[in-house]
Amino acid sequence: MGILQILIVIAIVVLLVKPLGSYVYHVYSNEPNRTDRIFGWSERLIYRLIGLKNRDGMTWRKYAVSFLLTNFVLVAIGYVILRIQQVLPLNPNETGGMEQTLSFNTIISFITNTNLQHYSGETGLSYFSQMAVIMMMMFTSAATGFSVAIAFIRGITGKGATLGNFFEDFVKSHTRIFIPAAVIVTLLLVALKVPQTLDPTLTVTTLEGAVQHIAIGPVASLESIKHLGTNGGGFFGANSAHPFENPSALTNVIEMLSMWLLPACLPYVYGRFAKNKKQGWVVFSAMMTLFLVFLSLIYFSELRGNPAINAMGIDASQGSMEGKEVRFGIPQSSLFSAVTTAATTGTVDNMHDTLTPLGGLGTLAQMMLNVVFGGKGVGLINMLMYAILGVFLCGLMVGRTPEFLGRKIEPKEMKLIAIAILVHPFIILAPTAIAFLTDLGQGAISNPGSHGITQVLYEYTSSAANNGSGFEGLADNTPFWNLTTGLVMLLGRYVSMIAMLAVAGSLLRKKTVPETIGTFRTDNGLFYGILIGTVLIIGALTFLPSIVLGPIAEHLKLG
Amino acid sequence: MNDTVSRPSSSGGPIFTVALRAGIVFIILCGILYPLAMTGIAQLFLPHNANGSLIKDASGTTVGSELIGQTFTDRKYFQSRVSSIEYKAEASGSNNYAPSNPDMLQRTKDSIGDWAEQNPDVPVSKLPIDLITNSGSGLDPHITPESAEVQVPRISKLTGIPEEQLRQLVDKHTEGRDLGVFGERRVNVLKLNIDLQTLLH
Repeated sequence: MGILQILIVIAIVVLLVKPLGSYVYHVYSNEPNRTDRIFGWSERLIYRLIGLKNRDGMTWRKYAVSFLLTNFVLVAIGYVILRIQQVLPLNPNETGGMEQTLSFNTIISFITNTNLQHYSGETGLSYFSQMAVIMMMMFTSAATGFSVAIAFIRGITGKGATLGNFFEDFVKSHTRIFIPAAVIVTLLLVALKVPQTLDPTLTVTTLEGAVQHIAIGPVASLESIKHLGTNGGGFFGANSAHPFENPSALTNVIEMLSMWLLPACLPYVYGRFAKNKKQGWVVFSAMMTLFLVFLSLIYFSELRGNPAINAMGIDASQGSMEGKEVRFGIPQSSLFSAVTTAATTGTVDNMHDTLTPLGGLGTLAQMMLNVVFGGKGVGLINMLMYAILGVFLCGLMVGRTPEFLGRKIEPKEMKLIAIAILVHPFIILAPTAIAFLTDLGQGAISNPGSHGITQVLYEYTSSAANNGSGFEGLADNTPFWNLTTGLVMLLGRYVSMIAMLAVAGSLLRKKTVPETIGTFRTDNGLFYGILIGTVLIIGALTFLPSIVLGPIAEHLKLG
Repeated sequence: MNDTVSRPSSSGGPIFTVALRAGIVFIILCGILYPLAMTGIAQLFLPHNANGSLIKDASGTTVGSELIGQTFTDRKYFQSRVSSIEYKAEASGSNNYAPSNPDMLQRTKDSIGDWAEQNPDVPVSKLPIDLITNSGSGLDPHITPESAEVQVPRISKLTGIPEEQLRQLVDKHTEGRDLGVFGERRVNVLKLNIDLQTLLH
């Protein structure tokens, strides 16, 4: 039953890639279609409200400036709200204002779609902050990422003369994707018992006569966009392990599909833009292959359990249940962990710190590679970056000018891609080393031995990949961690986005090279192999030493 | 950057204005209107769910939420899983112990020791792992049916209720997988104990 329920969820995703991908393609193709009649009026209203007079295409620079400025405005307003939430409305539990480095970290965390949380929702945020900052950024950061990914696709496929208009993409992402989907998923979740109220914390007398306070709030409306936008920040500290956020296996499946479907359909969208659907399926297959490898690693490792506990003579046939919920068991927990680190959501339905060493390695590796589906658009951008790198390497080996989708790949693009590929390991490994060298960093480690190394490595990997899950034992709400992870999240998000927009802008200006018999094809089985190979070689070369010191050492010690 | 832009306004000023107005519009739309509308609809059509699925005992008194676990200190009741926060639901979470953490291993050994003392009729090899491990949320309302079964002899001895009757109670409260396939079979400890309390009186 364990493997069957996992396969059913994967099958649903595979079956929905095409219909959903077609819908997303029509949203951004800017060709007239039926959905205009349903959504057109609301978009025209918003264009008027924001003063968008014309929707001309933008150069990559203008596109980048537009999305950066929009994000900047949201950051500025959001920061102020967090700092003064105690005087704002909808604060029935009388939560105080947030400390400044924590506010900095939180605001960066949510605008970068990371949702690393150094606060606990029950005690750190008023309902107004949960709504006007957290939920709002869950929409807007997802829409920003999606828009940039679409602009990148337009650039490299050469569809249209420009990358498109950021504000138009941004508005349409809301009106045609995120808001309608969030409304449907919210109501589904409430029907399945997720609370949605503005009442303060409940107080009840338990069966044994003790007093129990139960934190509650507008949970469902956050829960839906948290997954749809691959955000991952929980309403409560325990995130989707909390029974109010995720009361049953059915809500667990809905939450997994919510975060997985949009990233999974993006390769297909890319294929449609490239007018070569096989291109899209090659990328999708490469992602799915890597996903299945890491999912298996997590599932079988958790099912095998913790050798140290298994040796105590109890009935441990369920697997490693520390940090997991009974209603999910190993299959629903493992699949959730695999999906959340693949889609860089960062929501958790079990505690990743408590995962067995190899299970934890599976989650860590997906964030290190950062190409397995990925969050709103980022995974696809990274995967295409590796595709271009793969083409370049193959070109060098056989002495051909490398081409991708009919455009020559030249030093300028390769330099930008090299920056984007190298920045990821750099902003993971350098801060990890700094944290170990200082007492400020070391002091936060809560689990002794090799696992402590993994805790720190995981924190920065999660920040850089804009995932946001954590090995949460780490005592990370200190100025040191708030500031360093804040910077890593910023760099992890914006450096690669800007570099990739520049690549797209540069490719867009190039003339198309006619396809000949000598053209290296990027839509066949061979390229699928090259793509996976490139990802694994680069990933292994960069991260293997740190993985050996952390999870692998712990695994060998546990036996 | 002016090669494709004909407006003279591309110097950055108007983009900032649009960005500012877009920021405000989306804060109101996504951050205020959307959650308030959702709350309104949920409260109107599904008030029980929207307000935390509260549950009453036989006498009609509210005794908690069916979704949130509770501590049962009296050994006459079915016990819940380990919770480092003792099911204090104003917060949530666990110690986040690594599988190699010596404190966690010691805690587990102690739990097994306590268990063996309180349940001398059931061999330790039958003790399911979920009962002596900390859930992720610290608020897990469920245990596995097996974890309920192994508590039956103890409860029968302490209360005088026949084991057979207790087993029927556990069976009655055993919930299957969602849609027959998703998740695990489980028993809601609070619901089970509410019925047990009725038997006790």
